[in-house]
Amino acid sequence: MPQEFKLILKHLDNPGYTPDIECYLRHGGYDALKKALAIQPKDLPDGKKASPQEQIRDDVKLSGLRGRGGAGFSCGLKWSFVDRRSGKPIYLICNADESEPGTFKDRQIIHKDPHQLIEGMIVSCFANDVKLAYIYIRGEMPKGAKLLNAALKEARAKNFLGKNILGSGYDLEIHVHRGAGAYICGEETGLIESLEGKRPYPRIKPPYFPAVLGLYMCPTIVNNVETLCNVKHIVTMGGPEFAKLGTPNNTGTRIVSLSGQVKRPGYYEIEVGKATIGQLINDPAFGGGLLDGRKLKAVIPGGSSSKVLKAGEKFKLKRKIEGKDVEVETDMLDLPYDFDSLQQAGTMSGSSAIIVIDDSVDIVGALANLSEFYAHESCGQCTPCREGSLWMSKTLHRLTHGEGRKQDADYLVKIADNIPGGKTICAFGEACSWPVQSFVAKFKDEFVAKGAADEERRAKEKVQPKIATPAERKELTTAH
Amino acid sequence: MSFSVPANLEAEIDELITHYPVKRSASLMLLHALQEHFGHISPEATQWVAKKLGLQPINVHELVTFYPMFRQSAPGKHQIKVCRTLSCALGGSHKLHEHFCTKLGLDPHAHGLQTTKDGKFSVEFVECLAGCGMAPVMMCNEDFFEGVSEKKADEILGGCK
Repeated sequence: MPQEFKLILKHLDNPGYTPDIECYLRHGGYDALKKALAIQPKDLPDGKKASPQEQIRDDVKLSGLRGRGGAGFSCGLKWSFVDRRSGKPIYLICNADESEPGTFKDRQIIHKDPHQLIEGMIVSCFANDVKLAYIYIRGEMPKGAKLLNAALKEARAKNFLGKNILGSGYDLEIHVHRGAGAYICGEETGLIESLEGKRPYPRIKPPYFPAVLGLYMCPTIVNNVETLCNVKHIVTMGGPEFAKLGTPNNTGTRIVSLSGQVKRPGYYEIEVGKATIGQLINDPAFGGGLLDGRKLKAVIPGGSSSKVLKAGEKFKLKRKIEGKDVEVETDMLDLPYDFDSLQQAGTMSGSSAIIVIDDSVDIVGALANLSEFYAHESCGQCTPCREGSLWMSKTLHRLTHGEGRKQDADYLVKIADNIPGGKTICAFGEACSWPVQSFVAKFKDEFVAKGAADEERRAKEKVQPKIATPAERKELTTAH
Repeated sequence: MSFSVPANLEAEIDELITHYPVKRSASLMLLHALQEHFGHISPEATQWVAKKLGLQPINVHELVTFYPMFRQSAPGKHQIKVCRTLSCALGGSHKLHEHFCTKLGLDPHAHGLQTTKDGKFSVEFVECLAGCGMAPVMMCNEDFFEGVSEKKADEILGGCK
């Protein structure tokens, strides 16, 4: 039976656990920082010396930690790209702009255990010679920003932050910066622009890789809240020990945000890949199954941008059995919840947010809801994304308001196919297209039937199609 | 009408500016601070921020028009933001939005910000508030509420003085 494995969530929901520093210190808080600061230079076989900072960076590499924000990129590798020879200051930014629909894990850490994040940040900053760091928190978490500010103040008072931290000679300052309600600020270069006091228009890569030309055109590391918390545990446990958690190439733990139509929605921390999507939905330790009398229709496996999985879908997963590469047919519910398996199934674990959709839901309406989100959040910098996301949303709006056409399904795919693939500066182009492409491909009958029914009604009533206005907005059909 | 920022707020703002090696970075934080005090960002507030940071007013105005949280006119005293995005929609957020609108004499089908005639309440749909597991979720000013039933919604309204 798969179980929760609480590394980051170990204390934060325990009765009596509070977000203040005294409580954190009682639970072994800031021991990882003390350990990091006490590391001595190590002699290497080639006669060179490895600095404490290099040793931590190596440990993070050995841990196999992959970014928890969405892309799943190796954290150790990201750090290794940082330009350390430019002579410019290196900045670190914690991306706490959690806004991918379905995701609500960082909120828990920020509100219930802010010092864990701060300790992870201090250790990460120390390892990368960072002297000034920011926490970019989304504007809609004003309480979170206040809690973080209070926690930073406490950490300064104990000299975990500020000048000459614990007598080590290392100086660091961290400040909280609030966003103001724009999803695109979660994109790292958009976030950097926003932190520079501008509109968050993402920058084009190359040349603006944050590791070289980031904040104020200086080398910059942008890491997710959960990733930074993991660094603390890597320092405590050691990289190789951390790598034993989870599965090969998918190491450590992950906090899964489970929402939608299950009995026990919530956040569950698991060893990566040690539970399947089906277990996360149905197991009494996790989602506890669908609501009574409902059947599973679809699962969005990694935040709203990830491609949808249809109930009953089968995939061929590459597996190594007795040293041989074999393909194993796997039902979508039996997909291990990790980075690689979901990628092989043509989707992604993204921000590890599962949204469960049952048979009471109008799938066209569900996609219309998501498309409206993307149309609202496109920053407007690149034409394919700005126009395309709006076209898709308008088309889906007419399909859900009795003004659809039979060919709308094909029309949607045509628009969606023309947005991603290097036509836009950032990955928002992909993010807004993938749901449309996958929903329409996998549930095409429902999209066509809806348009056909509308055409039939108009023919009977001898009326022309009209434009549905927002005033005629209808709610998403569910049994609630 | 003259625009003046109280001394204690200006001191707070001056401290915020020290957080950044480049003054312009403080724009969003200054706008938040002014909006919290004045309720919205007036053209005078925009000018004030621009002057404070050594920017052109357009550099500040383009932020006010881009970021959804900044308002150019005064909303109600109590701002109710209901999450519209998928998980909350599956959890009944449209019914919740309708409930607020009906209760406060607003149009349940309108999508943008609506304010009651007495200026006491504003209701609007917003995008994902990152509380998807406890749908439907909402905010009332700075407070965040999860799993909001109609009964709980009435209690929240009742608590708005």
